[in-house]
Amino acid sequence: MSTLVIAEHDNAGLKSGTLNAVSAAGALGGDIHVLVAGQDCAAAAAAAAALPGVAKVLKADSAEYGHQMAEDLAPLIVRLASDYSHLLAAASTFGKNVMPRAAALLDVQQVSDIAAIEGPDTFVRPIYAGNALAKVRSNDAIKVLTVRTTTFDPVAETGGSAAIEELAGTGAKGLSRFAGQELTRNERPELTTARVVISGGRGMQASDNFGMLEKVADKLGAAVGASRAAVDSGYAPNDYQVGQTGKVVAPDLYIAVGISGAIQHLAGMKDSKVIVAINKDEEAPIFQVADYGLVADLFQAVPELDEQLG
Amino acid sequence: MKVLVPIKRVIDANVKVRVKADKSGVETANVKMAMNPFCEIAVEAAIRLKEAGTASEIVAVAAGVQQSQETLRTALAMGADRAILVKSDAILEPLAIAKLLKAVVEKEEPGLVILGKQAVDNDNNQTGQMLAGLLGWAQATFVSKIALEGEGLAATREVDGGLEKVILKMPAIVTVDLRLNTPRYASLPNIMKAKKKPLDSVTPEDLGVDVTPRLEILEVSEPPGRKAGIKVGSVAELLDKLKNEAKVLS
Ligand SMILES: Cc1cc2nc3c(=O)[nH]c(=O)nc-3n(C[C@H](O)[C@H](O)[C@H](O)COP(=O)(O)OP(=O)(O)OC[C@H]3O[C@@H](n4cnc5c(N)ncnc54)[C@H](O)[C@@H]3O)c2cc1C
Ligand SMILES: Nc1ncnc2c1ncn2[C@@H]1O[C@H](COP(=O)(O)O)[C@@H](O)[C@H]1O
Repeated sequence: MSTLVIAEHDNAGLKSGTLNAVSAAGALGGDIHVLVAGQDCAAAAAAAAALPGVAKVLKADSAEYGHQMAEDLAPLIVRLASDYSHLLAAASTFGKNVMPRAAALLDVQQVSDIAAIEGPDTFVRPIYAGNALAKVRSNDAIKVLTVRTTTFDPVAETGGSAAIEELAGTGAKGLSRFAGQELTRNERPELTTARVVISGGRGMQASDNFGMLEKVADKLGAAVGASRAAVDSGYAPNDYQVGQTGKVVAPDLYIAVGISGAIQHLAGMKDSKVIVAINKDEEAPIFQVADYGLVADLFQAVPELDEQLG
Repeated sequence: MKVLVPIKRVIDANVKVRVKADKSGVETANVKMAMNPFCEIAVEAAIRLKEAGTASEIVAVAAGVQQSQETLRTALAMGADRAILVKSDAILEPLAIAKLLKAVVEKEEPGLVILGKQAVDNDNNQTGQMLAGLLGWAQATFVSKIALEGEGLAATREVDGGLEKVILKMPAIVTVDLRLNTPRYASLPNIMKAKKKPLDSVTPEDLGVDVTPRLEILEVSEPPGRKAGIKVGSVAELLDKLKNEAKVLS
């Protein structure tokens, strides 16, 4: 048994999901190899080689992988696949984009967003916005998996010393071209790995009001998230969305402010260790999952919280 | 340009889904069904391309049981021109659906296929990417903006770090995210008109596709519940509990 983890990286370093994916590979047992396909990606490959448990890093440093477009990356994964029993990536927008394409080319039915590994071919995954858990067995020769990062603790960033093997590229397909990006920049921790998350919903009423949450977040070392309604209303950027169709988070502390607690939102945060809800409607469903509920007007409670945190 | 829109019939997103007592699946008897919300966005996107004069014909396709016809009729009432049902009572996994859609694409030869990013029943998020792979076409997933530019398609994708813009060679596959548009409701006159629009039916056998599942569902269970906690009376009490009881703040 051996697993190839497809690294998510920006050439200069690994994205956090890669650490969770390697952790899941460890739970499968067997050798772990990591594919780092990029352009000028020596630093990312070195970072992958330093992960404990990794036996080998496959580095494909070639222009066609500069932006890790699925059209060019999937053929490389397919070329390597026959050496492995499992192919695995984080269930991030990167993994969700490339893995099904590779799976189809391999004639494999991917298992998406696995939350538990019960054996080399048996996995548990949430369905229906987390309203049910499906335990499935894959009968394909190669298992293609994306993993829910919140249920596999990241491996350490140092301790390993894997060999790095250079691979030739597969050549550009010329199907698609990267034409730019607008990344949300802030100094706060990443939403999916933060120890504390404070999220705002439609109750925030305006994007300017998210400033109140940011002030609290900075005092708590927290990331800021949002409900779909807040993102749709333009109060927060799309990558803040927590939920069934956004990001899944499971921090030690999740603070939901002006969020009603729709099932699609809960799907993305109900595995948090401690949940706090601040909502003026005492009937709001969020209180059914909150460990600590504060029935209050957020425009009073949040500034108070900010003040009392000193 | 012909646009193909694959749509799925799912349990309505507002229904509280219940696991069956025998753990074989979720309760579907007497449960309200609807078009997958992301598919509604895909249909709307196709209609807007037609209204802009870019698309000439919109073909909606659904693979599934006979009742999926109702979902196809909804797409026709929204503005699709015709519909194809790939009728099957089998459990259809994304790989099988992608193969069925590939066969339909080869027959219909659309310039663009617009899918939802995810079906909210199984939350797979695979079909569009698989179809793109099988066809060897370009793909733009999780799209919040599309525009035809010269010979290609410019798409803005919602990714974990923010937004990304890609240019695709046509023909292409797009999977849509929530922010692309707000789908219209079908008006009563259009619902009436939709009854007369063509709806063809084929089977996986007609298309020469083997849909045998690759995954065995061993068990579907209820997730561990959370118990509701307590209500606190003030911000001060909240902070005290977080520090001294839950110990998540220092
Ligand atoms: C296909 C699909 C996918 C979806 N995916 C997601 C997803 O990934 N993530 C997600 O979050 N949602 C998702 N949704 C949407 C979800 O169903 C809800 O509509 C959404 O979560 C509601 O957001 P909200 O709680 O901010 O808004 P609302 O439901 O409008 O709630 C606002 C809350 O704010 C409270 N409030 C208002 N003013 C104040 C005040 N001054 N002080 C205190 N409280 C106040 C109100 O009492 C209310 O409870 C999805 C829906 C569909 C159909
Ligand atoms: N049975 C089906 N028939 C037609 N299209 C489908 C079907 N299942 C999924 N799709 C399409 O694929 C998208 C993503 O579904 P999934 O990969 O299952 O999450 C949906 O939004 C539809 O556009």
